[in-house]
Amino acid sequence: MRNAFADEVTKLAVEDRRLVMLSGDIGNRLFDDFKAKAPERFINCGIAEANMMSMAGGMALAGLKPVAYTITPFVTTRCLEQIRVDVCYHNVPVTIVGVGSGLSYASLGATHQSCEDIAFLRALPNMTVLAPADPFEVRGALRLAMAHDGPLYMRLGKKGEKKIHTATPEMKPGGSITVREGRDACLLSVGVMLPSCIEAAERLAGSGISTQVVSLYSIKPLDTAMLDQAFERYAAVLTVEEHSRIGGAGGAIAEWLSDGPPRRARFGRVGTQDHFMHENAHTEYARQHHGLDVEGIVASVRRALGQTAAAAQ
Amino acid sequence: MKASATTRDSPMTALRLANAPPVNDLRAIAARIRGTTIEVSHRGEAPHIASSLSTVDVLTAIYWGVLRFDPKQPLDPLRDRFIFSKGHAAAALYSALAHRGAISWNVLATFNQNGSTLLEHPGPYSAPGVELATGSLGHGLSVGLGLAEAAHIQGTGNRVFVLVGDGECNEGSVWEAALIAPARKLENLCVIVDYNKWQATDRSQDVTALEPLVQKWSVFGWHAQELDGHDIDALQKALSAVGTRGDGRPTAIVAHTVKGRGVSFMEDDNNWHYKICDEKSLDEAFKELGLS
Repeated sequence: MRNAFADEVTKLAVEDRRLVMLSGDIGNRLFDDFKAKAPERFINCGIAEANMMSMAGGMALAGLKPVAYTITPFVTTRCLEQIRVDVCYHNVPVTIVGVGSGLSYASLGATHQSCEDIAFLRALPNMTVLAPADPFEVRGALRLAMAHDGPLYMRLGKKGEKKIHTATPEMKPGGSITVREGRDACLLSVGVMLPSCIEAAERLAGSGISTQVVSLYSIKPLDTAMLDQAFERYAAVLTVEEHSRIGGAGGAIAEWLSDGPPRRARFGRVGTQDHFMHENAHTEYARQHHGLDVEGIVASVRRALGQTAAAAQ
Repeated sequence: MKASATTRDSPMTALRLANAPPVNDLRAIAARIRGTTIEVSHRGEAPHIASSLSTVDVLTAIYWGVLRFDPKQPLDPLRDRFIFSKGHAAAALYSALAHRGAISWNVLATFNQNGSTLLEHPGPYSAPGVELATGSLGHGLSVGLGLAEAAHIQGTGNRVFVLVGDGECNEGSVWEAALIAPARKLENLCVIVDYNKWQATDRSQDVTALEPLVQKWSVFGWHAQELDGHDIDALQKALSAVGTRGDGRPTAIVAHTVKGRGVSFMEDDNNWHYKICDEKSLDEAFKELGLS
């Protein structure tokens, strides 16, 4: 994803002279092409994220379109107040890009994991929150960000994520993309969980459960038209995210549900548990721990449909 | 602060200096800004009078002769930017902008009243000339850095002045900005420290070891100087040099000031950080300032 990001942001910078890239001293060589094409618009802001975010706010106030980029916890929670005051309060078009979101950098420990960023950022007025699912969606999300006139946050994975799409999709705030049709259950996949959700759906198909899979790339605003349909059509709807069950996409949909009429579907949230991991964990191991591996997703769907583990045999 | 619905909801009478004939002398202008600052603070029951009064000569120096800012075209992209980072002293900023013609007297009279655009801490849509919502300390210099960088990218050549408090220098982000601005060669950026030697509850030097403050900016790579922050001529001379030296260094001006400056019973008395002025003290202050 980060390679697609670097390539697309470079293309966009050539097209749009308002785009300025601010990096928190990461991405060694990643932005060489950007620096060659627009050297005056690439700024290494150092390891000083609070200053970087306010700088981005200042540039946006002057009419530029800054993109602030570093590892997710540092470009979100570390400088949350700067995002709140200098970006959201002024409602200026700063694009905040977190790399290594969720459990992507699980093995670097809890300092580098980010399972709370969606909760924090979606609570901020004026903020749009996106989680692209594959390299093509990263490109689509960036194009969306450059066309958008307001604060926007997108959380990326790291590199080597499987391509699900074959071309850059058209994306919009409050949009979603259905990648697999189904009749019984619906998985609302957030960001990098998409390949696992597709695999879980394939496995469920083997035991006669037909599962819809949606890339829920826009967490704020939500695609409420899609949600309205999904909660009528399926027996169970589940969010799947590398984020805490508290306040993530699952939390957002729970809030939406509580504001509306009773729905047919049972709702479930698959996400990280409310604790830090104190053992070393690479991504797959961490996902397993939180029930976010394919097995865990399959089990959650069965539970939501009222099936016991025995019935699944 | 006492809550008084009667003051807040009563129809506004005109501010005392609303129709004062124009003056050219900068010291007379500063005295008027001080009077209005105390008056709106009294009427709006907003604290931080003393923090406001220490900034007034800087405001006068900037708005009357240094800043390229036209109250009639407040959003001109070529304008210089002035960021008032110690937002709690907003009464002084609003009062200066009213005397400068950027805020109408009727609007100024609504300061800190329900429904007013003139919030106790400046908001993003408060008034022409208010370039940044401030109140949370330690933001202004970093935002100013972004504006100064933008001026280079856009080729507009405008300058950015940021007023910070000495207490505000407790905030780590101020020093993040202090480190990066010289590396970016932002000669069009100027920080002014309103060094009134106090913060909310203590002497600033007792809370953090600010001294030697000028040297701190200097060794960080800024063109740093100290001066009397109530000497408008000295301030204007130093401020006018910003962006003209050609050495790529941003400017830091450590302005020695007195909290509560201009009113004898407020000067250097930190009780006036929070205290609200009553009618009698207001009259007294106007007398001392030569305004009545």
